[in-house]
Amino acid sequence: MAEVLVVTSGKGGVGKTTSTAALGAALAQTGQSVCVVDFDVGLRNLDLVMGAERRVVYDLINVVQGDANLNQALIRDKRIDTLSLLPASQTRDKDALTAEGVERVINELKGRFDWIICDSPAGIERGAYFAMRHADLAVIVTNPEVSSVRDSDRIIGLLDSKTEKAERGETMEKLLLLTRYDPVRAERGDMLKVDDVLEILSIGLLGIIPESPEVLKASNLGSPVTLANPISAPARAYADAARRLRGETIQMTVPSDRKGFFGNLFGRRAAA
Amino acid sequence: MSPAALQIVPKVAEAEAEAPAKRKPVRFRGRSFMALVLSPEQPVVEWLAELDELTARSPGFFGGRPVILDVSALKLSPRTLAAFLGDLEQRGVKLIGVEGCDPKFLDGPNAKLAMPIGGRAAGEIAAPEAQAANATSLVIDHTVRSGQAVSFQGDVTICGSVASGAEIVAGGSIHVYGALRGRAIAGSAGNPKARIFCSRLDAELLAIDGVYMTTDELDPALRGKPARAFIEHETLKVSALD
Repeated sequence: MAEVLVVTSGKGGVGKTTSTAALGAALAQTGQSVCVVDFDVGLRNLDLVMGAERRVVYDLINVVQGDANLNQALIRDKRIDTLSLLPASQTRDKDALTAEGVERVINELKGRFDWIICDSPAGIERGAYFAMRHADLAVIVTNPEVSSVRDSDRIIGLLDSKTEKAERGETMEKLLLLTRYDPVRAERGDMLKVDDVLEILSIGLLGIIPESPEVLKASNLGSPVTLANPISAPARAYADAARRLRGETIQMTVPSDRKGFFGNLFGRRAAA
Repeated sequence: MSPAALQIVPKVAEAEAEAPAKRKPVRFRGRSFMALVLSPEQPVVEWLAELDELTARSPGFFGGRPVILDVSALKLSPRTLAAFLGDLEQRGVKLIGVEGCDPKFLDGPNAKLAMPIGGRAAGEIAAPEAQAANATSLVIDHTVRSGQAVSFQGDVTICGSVASGAEIVAGGSIHVYGALRGRAIAGSAGNPKARIFCSRLDAELLAIDGVYMTTDELDPALRGKPARAFIEHETLKVSALD
């Protein structure tokens, strides 16, 4: 049964697209078939982070509006053949998305892939609404700072009211992915601690991605960090998160790039 | 420069020094106010019945709100207009102006309601939602998230937290069994006896019966503690809940 996952945050620049690419690649590396869908119509980025910007012919809007079929628009990753990308359009805007069209595309994708990962645009407008609309599961990307946490809280409220699942009276599962985390600075009180964020948002924890120059380096190379440098700290954290998504129980740690130091062990069970 | 010109200088300086005490310049500022516009429709009797039903549901809806009456949809004579204004006054609607009729129709005590200027239309103001007539308490079993607003005419109990950016408006008291980080407005329909209770106080704003307080004014010792807020001698007090 295909799982539709939305990667969302409310706030921009917290790492939604990076996390979509990294989680998608990590899931695909475990043998699952994965499609990452860019819902940021007009400001598409996922194609760049995936290194597929020169291969885009048709996009999500073309498929939504029936001008192209999925086979024409899907771009298969050159590194992992179980990973595909459905890019957004750069020339159109979010008004080009229609409820029926998006629903049709998601249903069609569900028949082909194990995982459909929707990369939500920032904000709470049309694009974000359509990205979360058909999700079974939400990954909330949050930075350990107050404005990001408040925006995530806002998005959680919308996930609980505006999605198909919520409208059927079911509860949407929401998992926190804390990005750009620096244990040393959190300990000094310069950023929120993991427990503070979990306490405010009161949702399960999917993973803690440490702040690392590897993330930017991978983006600029056009490669998900889990592929660009699989032994780097953020790549290991994303790989752990992907395994947790598949239902494995893995102890929650903050991987570190320092040699011989595998991060602070947290006495906390991950959300399964 | 001529010597004469030089002599003038100290005089001007003197005049400037004295001027602020004697004369203040008249300053003009523009400011716009939002008023509720009531546009009754024919037949007036049915419209009034509808209005009665609305005020029964939300007793505080018109409380203190400035209202402008737009009678352009009605064909009223001076006499029926006066009677209609009386009907509205009886219902506690505080009119600040009447538009959509000949100003000559407004005489006697109603003359001051004639509108010298026209307004610009703003958005529709939603009528308060219907609530069950016997509803005196509302229990919410989950966290109220940022951006969510809960509005209820009775008491509101929340088994969870109220996030920063969330708002609870209650006609009665508010109880939060969790952290209160958002806005809590109790006694909204005019009830100074309403109270706010929470197991962890970190509110952005507390208000009871229109008296409000932001966290800035709060005793830092109470922050993060179980606390209650109440009205005493027309001021909002917050104390620890032990």
